[in-house]
Amino acid sequence: MMHHLIVLPVLLPLLSGLLMLVKRDSIVLPRRAIALASTAALLVISVVLVIQSDSGEITYYALGDWQPPFGIVLVLDRLSALMVCLTAFLALGSVAYACAGDDRKGSNFHGLFQLQLMGINGAFLTGDMFNLFVFFEVLLIASYSLLMHGGGKDRTQAGFHYVALNLAGSAMFLIALGVLYGTTGTLNMADMSQKVAALDPDRLGLIKAGAFLLLVVFGLKAAILPLYFWLPRAYSSAPAPVAALFAIMTKVGIYAILRVYTLIFGGGAGELANFVQPWLWWFALATLALGGLGVLSARDLRNQVAYLILISVGTLLVGVSMNREAPLAAVLYYMIHTTLVSGGLFLLADAIGEQRGKAGARIVPGRGVTQPALLGLFYFVGAVTVIGLPPLSGAIGKALLLNAALPSEQPWLWSLLLLSSLAGLVAMARSGSTVFWKAGRGDSDGPRLKPAMLAGLILLLGASPALSILAGPVTRFTDASATQLLDHDAYAEAVLSGNVAGGDS
Amino acid sequence: MEALYATVTGFLAASGLYLALRGRTFPVVVGLTLLSYAVNLFLFSTGGLTTNGAAVIREGVTHYADPLPQALVLTAIVIGFAMTAFSVILAMRVRGDQGSDQVNDQRGEEPKEEKS
Repeated sequence: MMHHLIVLPVLLPLLSGLLMLVKRDSIVLPRRAIALASTAALLVISVVLVIQSDSGEITYYALGDWQPPFGIVLVLDRLSALMVCLTAFLALGSVAYACAGDDRKGSNFHGLFQLQLMGINGAFLTGDMFNLFVFFEVLLIASYSLLMHGGGKDRTQAGFHYVALNLAGSAMFLIALGVLYGTTGTLNMADMSQKVAALDPDRLGLIKAGAFLLLVVFGLKAAILPLYFWLPRAYSSAPAPVAALFAIMTKVGIYAILRVYTLIFGGGAGELANFVQPWLWWFALATLALGGLGVLSARDLRNQVAYLILISVGTLLVGVSMNREAPLAAVLYYMIHTTLVSGGLFLLADAIGEQRGKAGARIVPGRGVTQPALLGLFYFVGAVTVIGLPPLSGAIGKALLLNAALPSEQPWLWSLLLLSSLAGLVAMARSGSTVFWKAGRGDSDGPRLKPAMLAGLILLLGASPALSILAGPVTRFTDASATQLLDHDAYAEAVLSGNVAGGDS
Repeated sequence: MEALYATVTGFLAASGLYLALRGRTFPVVVGLTLLSYAVNLFLFSTGGLTTNGAAVIREGVTHYADPLPQALVLTAIVIGFAMTAFSVILAMRVRGDQGSDQVNDQRGEEPKEEKS
């Protein structure tokens, strides 16, 4: 029974998403109950998966009992378990927030939300390149509709840009897959990693082109420098709970980069070993620098958070491109922190905008919020941790990463990471003082935080203090994940050795 | 045959790319569709081009075609259809919401700039 657990993070959201299609009338209560129950169950399952993966054993689930390298497999290792758990936690916060009323603004919010969770979980768990593409499409098509949930001019236009760009991205993904399949003759990631190592030198150029094309596709999802222009507009026009969930979407791209370029084109790839990382280093640094400039230029709280996400993407990719155990462990810790906190900040920006009436989330002096103490406290916690001031989790993540840099990397990494944090500090301080201090009196009869909104905010922003208290166990897990990630031979052996974990043979 | 196939695929991709870079929504949608056709053709050819090859293993047959790209292309076609349908609807929605079919319509943003 236990080995079927791996497939549940994909099946459960699919089933509950389908269930919500049955009765699509205006009574929203049953759907809310299903959504909350399913997301909470997902969290429980993913915690069990994390515990299971912590034994250090890599297990796989062969769908339909077709054994690798021919069948499609779902692979559970520490990294994928961690990402699924992170998704479930973030989703619980955003579903709780959406239950306060955002889900009524369009049809079938909860169903689409569950389908998007299915796509995200599938992308984290799969061990097959084409299956990765399919799950990318599942999560994208759900995100297209979620992005435009509630309608409005801004949303449809931002939505069209997002859709057109991602369709072009999907086309490139398929071309890259075709090239990789044509040269290696397999789509299973573990098998491909072994085929790449033993490749005919004549075909090196071809597979290199395929690998770079894949980097472009994943970079588009992760929003690296030349490919990030869709992000600020799409994220700041999405409804708040959706924008909060989108905080994990860039991480799907980063996860894919991490997986493909450590496993398939990692240390064991012969002549192609780690050839992408030096490129990634410079692009990531540039993203970091530009994110810092963008956060200063933002004139709207939601836009500001979108640029903060860009800074975090730069930070994460810098760590990924260093490709050693210590930076990777730091990156994984920082990833947990930044995903939850930026999700929480999107929710907070929406809550502030709702209480300020006409001024909305724009950073202009206007009417004060109805609950300045409560929202101010949330803003303070969120700002401190997202910038990386001690004692909250942002500081720990950034310190781990700074500490992991070699002397040759220090001048670039330290200066740019600290400067972009400074830019974040200035921007957050300025917008905080404008919104909370340069404001008139709030309307005491104005809209207040509903309990569901409060629950969502506490869950996501409260994760940061919790992460810094639990930093010991969490870093132990991320250290072990980074070690496991770099041990590509163990992964290939676990998947290809034929000791069946899935199916019932 | 390879040369013809490659030329056709390349031409389709080039036309799709050109149209996708246009400024109005309808050419963009058509361009993305052409691009996905080109990609499907390309994907189909990744197993090597064979004529009269068997896709399923049978006794006494030595000439085989790679069945996997055919399965992949089928999946890609289905997904491509869904995406095309979605983007057509979306393009119509953009047209309805903005009263123009420009991809980058700036008119909607002007009043917002004045306020801030």
